[in-house]
Amino acid sequence: MTQVSFEASFQKKIDEEIMIEPQDYMPDEYRKTLIRQISQHAHSEIVGMLPEANWITRAPSLRRKAVLLAKVQDEGGHGLYLYSAAETLGITRDQMLHQLHTGVAKYSSIFNYPTITWADMGAIGWLVDGAAIMNQVPLCRTSYGPYARAMVRVCKEESFHQRQGFEIMLNLAKGTPVQKQMAQDALNRWWAPALMMFGPLDAVSPNTAKSMEWRIKRFTNDELRQRFIDVTVDQIRLLGLALPDENIKWNEERGHYDSSELNWDEFWNVVKGNGPCNKERLATRVKAWEDGAWVREAASAYAEKRKTKKAA
Amino acid sequence: MHTQKKEKQKKQLKIIDMSNEHKEWPLWEVFIRSKAGLDHKHAGSLHAADAQMAIENARDVYTRRMEGISIWVVESKHIHASNPEEADAFFDPAQDKIYRHPTFYNLPDELKHM
Repeated sequence: MTQVSFEASFQKKIDEEIMIEPQDYMPDEYRKTLIRQISQHAHSEIVGMLPEANWITRAPSLRRKAVLLAKVQDEGGHGLYLYSAAETLGITRDQMLHQLHTGVAKYSSIFNYPTITWADMGAIGWLVDGAAIMNQVPLCRTSYGPYARAMVRVCKEESFHQRQGFEIMLNLAKGTPVQKQMAQDALNRWWAPALMMFGPLDAVSPNTAKSMEWRIKRFTNDELRQRFIDVTVDQIRLLGLALPDENIKWNEERGHYDSSELNWDEFWNVVKGNGPCNKERLATRVKAWEDGAWVREAASAYAEKRKTKKAA
Repeated sequence: MHTQKKEKQKKQLKIIDMSNEHKEWPLWEVFIRSKAGLDHKHAGSLHAADAQMAIENARDVYTRRMEGISIWVVESKHIHASNPEEADAFFDPAQDKIYRHPTFYNLPDELKHM
């Protein structure tokens, strides 16, 4: 087969909804796009453990602490599923970590914002995990098999993440006036960054068209963002909190909520590394990697020693 | 002087890191039996220094919600697979043998229990 017929038969498979598996032919650009997207996704899970780890020792009850620990542990697991999926495309785990540690690879900008009150744990579970789920559910049908299978696992586990976050918000919103204010403040601070998690506007998103054609993505950034706004506005009302954006208004004609334009300068600024916590997050990851070097070596040495002992 | 020493240590750590790239822990494929009576099914993969660590890590990663009662791990390099590019020819012998299926046979409706 010629290169052209390889690509034609690849696109035919995609159009027929036949999943692509690791050993199958795929265009270089498809492979590159997937490596970038899956590794970014994996890094987001791993860096995403940090803002919440900040509150584990200060959770207000043993129940909350056990839940938060379980959630953060899940995120570590999700990172692993995704790294494994990316590795099937021919990049090694160490290469991906190297890209993260040197700032070459990105992760979701949301994790560059600080978690300053306990209510932030509620807002993150509810809004950040909520937005992530909105993104991830269609990815369960993405065209690359290992990525789709990883997402099925992740989505199954993530449902409790959002529910525990909403529960925290509900308790605070029904608590004392100070607690309610804390919940409102967290909602106000996390609202816009959560909406930015869906990525840049379709009009300026460089990868969207190709990703849709390859069925890596099933919906555009703007479609998913709108869907998130529509379901979340009702949830805000259920909490009895004020809407975080005065321009949120039902648009009868569109059948959707209208809302303010997001501050895209802020988005790109955080992507470029100038958010409130970019440097701190990266430094924490690099330190963990370097401090763990002796563990990795010791485990290898121990395995080697046992192997030679067995052989003798 | 002290900071110089620290810088040197840091550099050494970096060097160790780079050399580590060549001895990444091996990759293992994980198979899980979800309950007695069912087959082990492929769950995913992970890195571990040896089999015991692979089994323990698999427990932590793939059975956090009681998804399994038994785990198999095998180093990925030991898995041999059929070639997807030859799949059409490879699986072709089964294509034209529909008589291997029970529905191929024309039998009267009155026939019961068969």
